[in-house]
Parts: sequence; C-alpha cells; structure tokens
Amino acid sequence: MERANDYASVMGRKAEIMLKSVGIDYSKFESGSIAFDYEKMMRETGYTLEEMQNIQYSVNVGNTPILELKNITALARACAPEGKGARIFIKDEAANPSGSFKARRAANAVYHAKKLGYKGVIAATSGNYGAAVASQAAIAGLKCIVVQECYDSKGVGQPEIVEKARKCEALGAEVVQLSVGPELFYKFLLLLEETGYFNASLYTPFGIAGVETLGYEISMQFREKYGKDPDVVVCTNAGGGNLTGTARGLAKAGAHPAIIGASVSLAGLHMASDEAFNKKSFTTGHTGFGVPFSSWPDRSDVPRSAARPLRYMDRYVTIAQGSVFYMTETLASLEGLEKGPAGNTALAAAFALAQELDQDKTIIVQETEYTGAGKHVQPQLSFARDNGIEILFGDPKDEIPGKNIILPSHPSLLKTTEVDLDKMRKSLIRTAMKTYQVEEPTEEDIRFLAEETKSTEEFVRAQIEANKAEAEK
Amino acid sequence: MIKKGEWVRIHKIILTPEERAPQVPDDTRAVPLELWVKGFLKADAEIGDQVEIETVTGRMETGRLIEVNPYYTHDFGKFIPELLQIDKQTREILFGGGK
Repeated sequence: MERANDYASVMGRKAEIMLKSVGIDYSKFESGSIAFDYEKMMRETGYTLEEMQNIQYSVNVGNTPILELKNITALARACAPEGKGARIFIKDEAANPSGSFKARRAANAVYHAKKLGYKGVIAATSGNYGAAVASQAAIAGLKCIVVQECYDSKGVGQPEIVEKARKCEALGAEVVQLSVGPELFYKFLLLLEETGYFNASLYTPFGIAGVETLGYEISMQFREKYGKDPDVVVCTNAGGGNLTGTARGLAKAGAHPAIIGASVSLAGLHMASDEAFNKKSFTTGHTGFGVPFSSWPDRSDVPRSAARPLRYMDRYVTIAQGSVFYMTETLASLEGLEKGPAGNTALAAAFALAQELDQDKTIIVQETEYTGAGKHVQPQLSFARDNGIEILFGDPKDEIPGKNIILPSHPSLLKTTEVDLDKMRKSLIRTAMKTYQVEEPTEEDIRFLAEETKSTEEFVRAQIEANKAEAEK
Repeated sequence: MIKKGEWVRIHKIILTPEERAPQVPDDTRAVPLELWVKGFLKADAEIGDQVEIETVTGRMETGRLIEVNPYYTHDFGKFIPELLQIDKQTREILFGGGK
C-alpha cells in the first residue's frame, strides 16, 4: 500500500520513524508523568568516557590544544578596573578533522550507527555538524545525507550555510537544500523512511556524551599545564549540547568551574520567517536556538533530548552580533588566529566576563571553528550590508538585530547582557506541566524539575503554586 | 542537450503554500517549500525539463533540471573597510603610543 506523504501523515508517523532510525526505545526511561530518568538514559544508551575517548582518538578527533590569548587578555585588562582581567584561553576545536567540536558528537553517532549495522547516516543541520557527520561517515565508509535550511524564497543563500554545504559535499555527502521553514523536519523524516539510514541527531545520548571528552580534556590539560582547573568555562549555546556535554565532562574530571552559556542576540527576528532569514548575520550560536532549547529541550528531533543546558548553566549571557565580529577580527589581528565568527560568540562574552574577575583567575572558551569563504567576518558583514543592514561604529547596546550591526567604537564598550535564568526555569516548569498535562506533580516530578532547572524543590513547589494561582484567575 | 550521466542540480517544490505546516508565519506560508539537490542525470534532457537523477548516496529524485556541473560562487564578499579601523585601534591600545 502506498504511504501518504502529505505533511500531517508524515508527522503522524514520527514516533515510528524515530524508533527505527535512532534505535532507542525512549519509553524505557519514562515515569508516566513529567519525570524521566535522564541519567539512566545517558548510561544505557551512551558510552563511558573511556570508550568515547578511544572511539574519538581512533578517528583523529579530540586532544585539541588549549591556547592562551595573551594579547586579548592584555586588551581586556586595558579596559578593566585596576587588578581585574582574568587570563583568557581558548580550546582550539577547529583543529578537529571537520573543523569544529562537532566532530566529537559525529564520531560517536557514526560509530554507533555502524555498530548497529546501518548503511548510512542522516543529519538535519545547517551548521558545522553536517561536515562533522560527513567527515566521520567518510572514515567509516557509510553513506551520508545532510539536510539544510539554506535559501530564502528568492533563492538567496546564507553564505555561512552555502559554505557548509560545500564542505559536506567535499567530504562525500549528499546535501539536500531547502528553503526556509520548520518543515525541514518533514523532509528529514521522509528521507529516514526512504533510506532506512541512522538518524545522527544532535540530541541523542551518544552525540551529547561525545562532547564529554571536551570538558574532560579541558580539566586534564589545565591541570597538567597550570596545576589547577579553570575558574570559568564559557560555552556558545544554541541547541544546548555543547554546554551540556562540556559540563558533564568537567564533572567527570571532578572539576567544578562556573559554567556560563553565551549566545548572539537575535532578539526580535523570527526564526521561521522567510523575510527575516537573510537579515540574520549569524546562523547558529544565537538566541533563536539558545533560548527556546534551554527553556524547553524536548523540542528537538528526538523524544527526549540528551542536551539539557539548564541543568548545568550557572549564568547565561547574550552578546551583540557586532561585538562577536569585532572579537573575531581582533583574534586575527592581535593573536594571529583566523577562526569562524559563530564559534567566537563565547570568546566575545569571555572578553567582557574576564573583566569582572581578578587577574589571577582563568577563563576558558571551549571552542573555535574553521573559517573560509562565506564563513568569515568579511563575507558575513558584506552580506549584511547587501541586505540593507547598516554597519556602523557605536555602542553595542544600541544594536537592533535585522536593522544594524554595531561594531564597538572602543573595546571597553563590549559587554554581555544577563539572561534571567529564573525566568527560564519558571518557563520550563510551566511547559513541563502543560506538555504532560499534569496538575499535581509527583514527588519524583518535583525532584526531577529541581534537577532540570538546577534549582531546589522549594523553588519548583513555589512555581507550581504560582502556576495554579495563574490558572485559577 | 545534456547527456545522461552528467552531474546536475535539480529544483522542486515539495510543499505548496496550501500544504505547509500550520505553525509557519504568514510570510513563509505565502511561498512554497523548495528543494535543491545534485546528482547524475538518468536520461538525456534540456535545462528546464522534468528529470530524474541519482544522488551520490544512490537515491532517486525528480525535479526540474536547472544546472549542469553546478559550482559554488560564495566568496569573501565586498571589502569592509571598518575592519581596518578595528585592527588599528586595538593595536594602538596594546602596542602604540608611549607603551
């Protein structure tokens, strides 16, 4: 019998397609209420740290160097109050085979796919993950399809995404490019059904566990070189896997630095809008992913996401687009390092955050990404200017995403904006109750929500009461 | 005429505006969901024809033939002179003047 392939019918087959393509029965971890056993899911379907290291090192992933940015630290100190300005470091993840930390996620996902006997892998991504999966699939001898949201309705592609398509193809993948819209997921499901390939989702336990090696390496390398763990780790936050995996790896090393998430502010731009698509000057690492995925992780392409950043974040800050471009340029001009702008989101934040800390403290930015045509400060700013975005020097606080890009007229103007984590925690609790239609959460639910939000059971109870009062109004 | 076996790019509409997801914003709903993919042409054809291709993973797709030996044209964009000012200023703060 011919299957119906209209939007509603395909979405209706989602659970069945997912089970076949990920090979995880998520129902095993469910409690029947809000709570699910996150750690059990990570344990039973993931890999131990040692196994992951062996998998990654065997395919030349990981063990990337940590670089101290002495000139950028000096520039931060020139802008900071007397005695302030922590030493700034970056982990040069661009040194991975595919040019970003995503190689770690892909190495595990592809290893797992091969072990289970899948002939190929599919990833839905417009980011560096595509090239990472393509690279790992090439090594493993598996076929690879990458599905991208790339063009607006006029056929104009985001230069950053076009470059990523090129790289995927260079690594032997089939790239399926789509125009703007969340129905990318629809085509993704159809492809999984058609090919029977493995869903190399960014959000499975294997993918997230793959990043744990990054956090673990930071601690080990720091201890070896500087005799201690870093005081602060800054992670660019989009889907949440980077931050989640890094924080888990640090904890496995027994390190407990402050974990700060950072996203480029794209406030006011609708992510599924055809018109807004090419008004963005960043296609990842931004608040359009970072805020919704942190507030509600289970909006991804798997039933339960292994990326749960609110469990691990101590602070979450945003930074203006112009400030990230400014730091990207400064990294080249003062440190002799050309890296991709999106990966420098956390660096721009760290430049400001270092100025809050004493000079004997250390702050590490846990990634860099490769750069090249389309994916570089020059073409991304040029593209913005061609799209009518004004580029000017001034105070970054006056930047309006989609209207202008403000390059700081002095580095001392480069500041982060604090995101209200309590507001996100409340939102997560509200969404959990609504999604699972639970009016009286169980004790297990309350403990779970406290873990989910890195808060306390008291905080969760107070929020549940507030939600009830709100509903009765 | 483009020969069977040539490397081409095709375009197709996979959801018309009426068929799109209910949650998409109005400006996106006004336009179709489009797809572009590359592969080997299965039979001789002309640009603009409806054709079948075989992709590098061995999948068959159909669509309108739009390019032969498609290539990338993305680059480093037009020059942004502001970047020179950033370099000059940061170097001046660190290494310039009386320092």
